Amino acid sequence: MKAYWPIFVVVALLAIVPFVTTSNVILNFLITTLLIALAGQGWNLLGGYGGQYSFGHAAFFGTAAYATAILQVQYGINAWLGLVAGIFAGALVGAVIGVLCFRSGLRGSYFSLVTLAFAEVLRILSSVTPITGAGLGTLIKLDLRPEAFQFQSRVPFYWIALSFVAVSLLIVRGVENSRFGAYLVAIRENEDAAAALGINTFAVKLVAITVSAAITAAAGCFYAQYFLFVDAAIAYGPWISIDALLAPIVGGPGTLFASLLGAVVIKALGEAAKLLTADAPGLDLVIYGLVLIAVVGLAPRGVLGVLTTLFQRSVRALAQPGPDHG
Amino acid sequence: MLSPVILVPAVLNGLMVGAVYALIALGLTLIYGVLHIINFAHGALLTAAMFAAFFAFTLGGLDPYLAAFVLAPLFFAIGYALQRFIIGPAAHGEDRNFLLVTLGLAIVIENALLYFFRADTRTINLPYAFEVVEIGPAFVAVPRIIAFGALIAVVAALWTVMRWTDTGKAIRAVAKEKLGAELCGIDVAHIYAVTFGLGTACVAVAACLLIPTYYVNPTAGEAFVLIAFTIVVLGGMGSIAGALIGGLCVGVVESLSSIFLGQSLGQIGIFIMFIVVLLARPSGLFGARP
Repeated sequence: MKAYWPIFVVVALLAIVPFVTTSNVILNFLITTLLIALAGQGWNLLGGYGGQYSFGHAAFFGTAAYATAILQVQYGINAWLGLVAGIFAGALVGAVIGVLCFRSGLRGSYFSLVTLAFAEVLRILSSVTPITGAGLGTLIKLDLRPEAFQFQSRVPFYWIALSFVAVSLLIVRGVENSRFGAYLVAIRENEDAAAALGINTFAVKLVAITVSAAITAAAGCFYAQYFLFVDAAIAYGPWISIDALLAPIVGGPGTLFASLLGAVVIKALGEAAKLLTADAPGLDLVIYGLVLIAVVGLAPRGVLGVLTTLFQRSVRALAQPGPDHG
Repeated sequence: MLSPVILVPAVLNGLMVGAVYALIALGLTLIYGVLHIINFAHGALLTAAMFAAFFAFTLGGLDPYLAAFVLAPLFFAIGYALQRFIIGPAAHGEDRNFLLVTLGLAIVIENALLYFFRADTRTINLPYAFEVVEIGPAFVAVPRIIAFGALIAVVAALWTVMRWTDTGKAIRAVAKEKLGAELCGIDVAHIYAVTFGLGTACVAVAACLLIPTYYVNPTAGEAFVLIAFTIVVLGGMGSIAGALIGGLCVGVVESLSSIFLGQSLGQIGIFIMFIVVLLARPSGLFGARP
C-alpha cells in the first residue's frame, strides 16, 4: 500500500479545490487540465514506460468521443453505458493498430509515422461518413440529469474527471510495480535484449497499447459529455495527439505524475499566452512547440527531473553545510 | 474510357506533378540517408518557403522561378542553422529526441505563420501559368514542364555535388560510417548540418515550383509531406533514386486514380497506401535499424 499513498495525497488535495473556489473559470481550467492529464497518462504508459512514441493518440480519443456521442444520439443508449462502450471502442482501436504495427515489427520513427497516419485516415473518414454527422459533427442533446452524465454545475464534472485521473494513476502505479511493467521498461531500454531474455515483446507491447488506448479513450468520452459536441477536427485532430504526448514529456516521461504535472504546466503556459496576446491564433501553440524543444534539449527528464535534481542538491547542501553554503 | 486520348495526357500530367513530389521526397530522403532521422518539420519548412516565394512575388515582384535561385541558398542557410544550433544540440543524438524536436519545430513554424499571416489562403497570378504546350495527343501546362525540368536540374546538381566534391564525399562517408568518418577528421556536426541544409534547399525549390499553380496557407505543406513520406518509404528510406522513381510513380498513380475514383478520395488513398506499404514491407526496409 505504501507505493500508493502519494496518489491518495495528491488526489485528496485536488478534491478539496471546489470547497475553496467555485469559480467557473478556475474549474473549467482545471477540468480541461485533468482531461489532458488523463489523455497524456495513456500516452505515458505506452511512450514513457514502453518507449513507443505514438503521434496518433487522437485515434483512441476520437473513437471514444464519437462512440459515446453516436450511441446516445442515434441509438438512445444511456450516457454511462456509452462511456463504457467508448472506452472499449478506443481500446479496440488500440489493439487493432497494435496488432498491425507490432506484427510488422514497426519501431521507433516508423511506429510514430503509422500512428499519425491512422489518426489522419480516421479524421478524413469521420469528416465524410454520415454516421458521424460528417462535416457538421454530432451534437449531444442537453439533458441535465446525473443519470445522463450531465450536470448543472461544473463541480461534479470536476470530481468525475479527477476520479478518472486517479484511476489512471492507480493503473500506472500498478503496472510500475508488476512484472509486466518491468518487461515494458526492458523493451524501452533495449527491445532486442528484452526479446533475447525471453520476453514476449509482441504481447507486452500489445497489452500496453490497448491499456494506453483505453485510458486516452476515457478522456475522449469525458470530452464528449462535457462539451456535448464532437466533430472530426476535435475528435481526430492533431491537437489532442500533440497535447497527449506533450504533457508527459514535459512532466518527465516514464514517471507516475508526469502527465498531471506536465498538463498543469502546458495549460498554464497556454492560458498565459492567451491572456498576454488577447485573441491571437496560433501563439499558444508556438509556445507549446518551443517548450517541447526546450524540454527535450535542456531537461530530457522533464520538470520532475529538474525538481528531483534541485531537491537532491538542496538536501545534500543541508546535510553538509559547507562554508560556501553559508 | 481507356482510350489513349485520356490516358496519355493523364500519365504525362502525372509525371509532371510527380516531379514536385519527387523533389520534396528528395530532401526528406537525403536527410534520412545521412542523419537517419525523420524530419517532421519538412512540411512546415515547405510552407514557409511557399510563403517566402509568395511574398517575393507580391512584394518584390520577383518571378517565382527566378526566386528559386534566391530562396534555395537562403533555405540552405536556414536548414544549416536549424540542424547545427537547434536540432543537433537539443536531440543529444537520440532518435526519439530528433522526432520530438522536429515535431516541435513543425508546430512552431506552422503556428508562427498562422499568427502572422492568419489562415487566409493566398494565390498569385502569373500571366503564363495557364499556357499549355502540345505534346503528341496531350496538352501539358507550362508550369508543369518547368517543374519537370527543374527536377532534372536539381538531381543533376545534387549528383555532381555528391560525386565530385569533397563535401559530397564527406556526406557519403558520414552516411556509410559515422564513427569512421569522424576518425578520418570529418566534422560530422558540420556535415549533418550541410545535409539538412541541402534537404531544406530542395524544399525551397519545390515551393517555387508549386506557388504559380497552387495556393499557400499555414498548413499547405502538410498535404505534400505525407505524400513525400509515402514516396520515401516506397522508394526505400535514404535512396535518392528511389525518391525520384517513387515520386514520379505516385504522381502517375494519383493522376490515373483521380480519373477513376474522383478527387475527394485521393487524399485518403495516399494515407492508406502509406500504411499498407509500411505494414507490408517491414523487414528489409524497416526492421534493419534497431
